[in-house]
Amino acid sequence: MTMKPENQSLQSVNIEGPVCPTPLPHNDRIVLGHGSGGRMSHDLIARTFFAAFSNPALTARDDAARLLTSSGEQLAISTDSHVVSPLFFPGGDIGRLAVCGTVNDVAMLGAEPLWLTAGFILEEGLEIETLQRVVASMQAAAQEAGVQIVAGDTKVVQKGKADGLFITTTGIGVIRPGVNISGAGARSGDVVIISGPIGDHGIAVLQARGELGFDSDICSDTAPLNGLVSALLSANAAAVHVLRDPTRGGLATTLNEIARQSQVGILLEEDRIPVRPAVAAACEMLGFDPLYVANEGKLVAIVAPHAAQDVLDAMRSHAYGTEAAIIGRVEAGAPGQVLMKTAIGGTRVVDMLAGEMLPRIC
Amino acid sequence: MKFTTEFRDAKLAQGLVEAIRRKITRPWVIMEICGGQTHAILRYGLDEILPPGIELVHGPGCPVCVTPLEQIDRAVWIASQPGVIFTSFGDMLRVPGSDKDLFSVRAAGGDVRVVYSPLDAVRIAQQNPDRQVVFFAVGFETTAPANAMSVLQAQALGLRNFSVLVSHVRVPPAMHAILSSPGCRVQGFLAAGHVCTVMGYHEYPPIAGQYGTPITVTGFEPVDILRGIQLTIEMLESGRVQVANAYPRVVTFEGSRPAQDVIRRVFTGCDRQWRGIGMIPDSGWKLRPEFAEFDAEVRFPVSEIQTREPEDCIAGQILQGLKKPFQCPAFGTRCTPEHPLGATMVSSEGACAGYYRYHRDRHNLTEEPVSA
Repeated sequence: MTMKPENQSLQSVNIEGPVCPTPLPHNDRIVLGHGSGGRMSHDLIARTFFAAFSNPALTARDDAARLLTSSGEQLAISTDSHVVSPLFFPGGDIGRLAVCGTVNDVAMLGAEPLWLTAGFILEEGLEIETLQRVVASMQAAAQEAGVQIVAGDTKVVQKGKADGLFITTTGIGVIRPGVNISGAGARSGDVVIISGPIGDHGIAVLQARGELGFDSDICSDTAPLNGLVSALLSANAAAVHVLRDPTRGGLATTLNEIARQSQVGILLEEDRIPVRPAVAAACEMLGFDPLYVANEGKLVAIVAPHAAQDVLDAMRSHAYGTEAAIIGRVEAGAPGQVLMKTAIGGTRVVDMLAGEMLPRIC
Repeated sequence: MKFTTEFRDAKLAQGLVEAIRRKITRPWVIMEICGGQTHAILRYGLDEILPPGIELVHGPGCPVCVTPLEQIDRAVWIASQPGVIFTSFGDMLRVPGSDKDLFSVRAAGGDVRVVYSPLDAVRIAQQNPDRQVVFFAVGFETTAPANAMSVLQAQALGLRNFSVLVSHVRVPPAMHAILSSPGCRVQGFLAAGHVCTVMGYHEYPPIAGQYGTPITVTGFEPVDILRGIQLTIEMLESGRVQVANAYPRVVTFEGSRPAQDVIRRVFTGCDRQWRGIGMIPDSGWKLRPEFAEFDAEVRFPVSEIQTREPEDCIAGQILQGLKKPFQCPAFGTRCTPEHPLGATMVSSEGACAGYYRYHRDRHNLTEEPVSA
């Protein structure tokens, strides 16, 4: 093939030569991607916090730490900070989120959450009425979850040093006797169950920020899941190997965490994963994958196959699990990886969220 | 979802694969131009279900990948200036410049904002009259109409604080460049459906004729892509050199006249560097001189910025279809989406990112566990 004269400049391009930029690992400064819940967050935690605080309860990498008291009781303790903007969104607010997030993390060890503490960082200028609404919402959520908020702290920072209101909650619960649930518990042959449609919370918050550019009736799923956990454990507690709530980073990131902790492979079936049409449509438009969008009222249960139907039935009979579905299974092959059978019949890797989730250009 | 699920139908897809299998008598190399198509192919595993004789190579149609380094460096410089609000499509924040990306600028205190539309940037300029608002106008023919519209709107509003950093590229000159390069293996093209929605496909028959390469206008859903491959294979097998339209529900021969008019009013042709490929003559658009007051390259002193392309990675060959991502020694080890060595790993539409996300398993690349 001859070169056309107008393309002669291409001949001078050395395509075998260096053509690409140096890596930008963002090791020297925090960027938003470090808070995405994905791999950048994991790297930061491993390099900074695990390196400093290393102890077995922490490095077990579960949603809550498992602690043994001298009297032989097992406690679950977890802490979570909440920085959502806007403070109020369809289906929830920062107060409900702050209670549910921590209640759920404690519940995911199979514990019954009992007490919470709450720390408030208030920005100068925040309206007291706003704070009162948030606090009332926290009390309502605590009542629904059956927990008490028993201690707290308040700090005020100068205008511009915070975004209205940040809340940190810590929760303590007692792990039920005979229950042994952790992210490292998945076994080959187990069944993967999700408690309902994914992606509602992340899209609802984007919508509340006015970032969708269109209206929808998508509501956040923010909910305390300890009741749902009680229901599914009462079906067959011993058969439940893993519970986890797929919050930041979405279902994909949570399943990758479990696959690594348990050193197993997970095979999903794309057409079994429930996604509401409005969420799917919003994701299509923005170039997001619902597998990576945050949830605040869903859990993943990984269950021995013989008990899967009983656990699924128990979940479906609970208000927060009516749309629960089996979405895949645990396999011995490809340890540490999540694969998905696509609706078309191919197979692909479902990776952990890398950094910040970015909308596509076109 | 209406108008989407129909085009992800497994039975329809299997039927198309079967039809392709019956037709094919020898191996063919087909390039999909658009990064969106590359990702759909990998995301749905289409390359797995196609007959083995078909090799799909991935084209340069990812605006994030091919935006030249000097424009990234200019974006980083402008965004770092006090008083500037720098607005961009989300993908561009991760593209590394010579030594910084826009994320780093934001972390260092720069006001860098992700927008979904250039018209959002105009609104931000209206709301912040005491700040300079710059929009990073990158992309192919697809994003050009809205980017052009933002300039017209800023003009109509009399905004003195809005400008665009333009780095537009066009598909047909890239097809010329690929087909006339000495190592070209491409025998047929899947043209980018969204680009053709704007521009039509009247520019393609001369290209097909000149190089004897059939071209099929192709959409982005699995069934669309398989239909595009089917029409291309039929032309290749029968020796016909034509331009077919496998995306007629969206694309017409003429394209969108109003969109083209807006582009012509605001932009004019120019030579453009393509990252990883080199200079392609008359392959881009820049602002017409009468819109110079909205040109960020005029408003800010960025012409003297020195760039430095670091060594490593084979993005150039990947973008030209000469190599596959897993043939790069850095792929999946030193080069991953969060530590990208190359633009093709940075963009969600980049070929390397697509392979990494969806098909790491095929190339024995298990991830290292996060070390405690």
